[in-house]
Amino acid sequence: MSTVTPAAPVPVAPTTTRSSPFRRRRIMHRVALNGVALLVFVVMVFPVYWMVATAFKPGSEILDYTPHWIPSHPTLRNFTNAMHRPYFWTDAKNSLIIVAFVVLLSGIVAFLAALALSRFRFRGRSAFIVLIIGVQMVPLAALIIPLYITASRAHLVNTLTGVIFMYMAFVLPFSVWTLRGFMLGVPRELEEAAMVDGATRFGAFIRVMFPLVAPGLVATSIFAFIQAWNEFIIAYVFLHDSSKQTLTVWLASFTTLHGTDWGPLMAGATLTALPVVVFFVLVQRKIAFGLTAGAVRG
Amino acid sequence: MAVAETELPLASRRRPRLSRHRVVGAAAPYALLVPTAAVIVAVLGYPLYLLIRLSFQKYGLFELVRHKGKSIGFGNYTTIFHDAQFWHVVARTVVFTAVNVGLTMILGTGIALLIARLGRFMRTLLTVGLVLVWATPVVVAVNIWRWMVDYEFGVANWTLTKLHVGDFQHHDWFVSNWSGLGVITAVIVWGAIPFVTITLYAGLAQVPQELVEAAQIDGARAWNVFREVTLPLLKPLLIILTSLSIIWDFQVFNQVWIMLGERPSQDYYLMSIYAFVQSFRINEYGLGSAIAVVMVALMMVATVVYVRQMVKTGEVR
Repeated sequence: MSTVTPAAPVPVAPTTTRSSPFRRRRIMHRVALNGVALLVFVVMVFPVYWMVATAFKPGSEILDYTPHWIPSHPTLRNFTNAMHRPYFWTDAKNSLIIVAFVVLLSGIVAFLAALALSRFRFRGRSAFIVLIIGVQMVPLAALIIPLYITASRAHLVNTLTGVIFMYMAFVLPFSVWTLRGFMLGVPRELEEAAMVDGATRFGAFIRVMFPLVAPGLVATSIFAFIQAWNEFIIAYVFLHDSSKQTLTVWLASFTTLHGTDWGPLMAGATLTALPVVVFFVLVQRKIAFGLTAGAVRG
Repeated sequence: MAVAETELPLASRRRPRLSRHRVVGAAAPYALLVPTAAVIVAVLGYPLYLLIRLSFQKYGLFELVRHKGKSIGFGNYTTIFHDAQFWHVVARTVVFTAVNVGLTMILGTGIALLIARLGRFMRTLLTVGLVLVWATPVVVAVNIWRWMVDYEFGVANWTLTKLHVGDFQHHDWFVSNWSGLGVITAVIVWGAIPFVTITLYAGLAQVPQELVEAAQIDGARAWNVFREVTLPLLKPLLIILTSLSIIWDFQVFNQVWIMLGERPSQDYYLMSIYAFVQSFRINEYGLGSAIAVVMVALMMVATVVYVRQMVKTGEVR
């Protein structure tokens, strides 16, 4: 240990005299920290790993009293089994239709509202902002009852349209909020400069504002995608027919009174999670930003 | 049109444009807000009103078909307030929420502080792991944990037996609602940690390093630095995260519902489950609504704290 000491440069400590016991403690400290970090990593990631590992295992390795940590005979049978189950493709299609409409419609609608909140001063503006923040907190589990009764009066039960509308309302507050933040970040002077140069208000908006806000639009779209794709309770209550359901509800079909088909279930779960994981990794920073932005200011 | 207008000399078109602009300008923001407001009123506002109205009505299957409830005043409320099970459910929900929020915040803060002290490689590794967990859909997560605690082939029972925690062979976690809700807590906390940790880590990065160093030079120990410097600066963020967690955990539904195969027994009822079962299984929509109204009222406290903090930190400008 002591032979290494002079070679390794210590970034902070200017003197080498107090090195040995001090440094040893520091190294022990480092090792302990990294050890704890590794443990946290393993505990957090293991469930996700276990899903993927199980999905690739043959039945004999899944139904064994001693766990097989790594699939020794990886197989795709669970995946083909899951995909050949009734309604996988129909429900995947339903999920996609719902997601597409929610993303598109909520993007347009939220964009307009964010424009009003960031670019105009008008009576009732702060009230609307408070409403937008507050409304996100209304518990879905409580609203599901009146929503069901309203939808049954409007003949929207068991239709994708009804579900799309409901998802929009749950996505909009966040989208408006985030887009508004992005728009506030675009200095007014930029638009004004474009207008001085002869662009119309609309032209200035399209050429200056839109490109700068586009990343925000991408972030909110993906947020809407994730929300609509993952939602369970509304789809579960409002879509009765197996042919009208979404993938999250379809996952429940693996469990019957006779037990659960774990291999195909884990394969189906992997397939359901995959699109979300990919998109989530792309926008994770922006989502954290949106919910709590500006709460810490130096 | 844009091209045509730019041809004109600037001075000649200034005046008419301005006055037209003013008229349009006054109405424009409201027009832009109409679609958002319409959707929110239709899907959140009106149902909230209807929820309160339903809670004062007898609304069963008969009324559902006729689309018309029968007003019974405070009848539903007297029923639930005299129902011992209702109070059990309320107590269980409050304790369950407190445990979940407490564990989420303590572990989340701890891991955030840990990440801040790690080297670059470990920090990236841990962050990627957290994002992966964050991205996992709730329905998928519940199914994974259900598989891990399976009484026959679950990896949890095998590991606990091997670690000599006890004999967990063929141990059914859902026999007792304590251990069953414990598993559900694990799913919830596991899923909630990434958001709290990553947000707090971002907040920690904004704590001025000079303050920490000044405290260290003054001889403060790590714990005191945390308590006297870091914690006060993180307080607004911690308040927001805690109130958000309370709001989310108080209305937990999916985790319990899916974990217990869509038929939870009565000793697993949380308020959301109780309201749901009363409405959609027993077809007492009025009674279910009354339970839901109490739930919303209880959550209102956390919501007010959250909104106030957001306003105070200058988010509403």
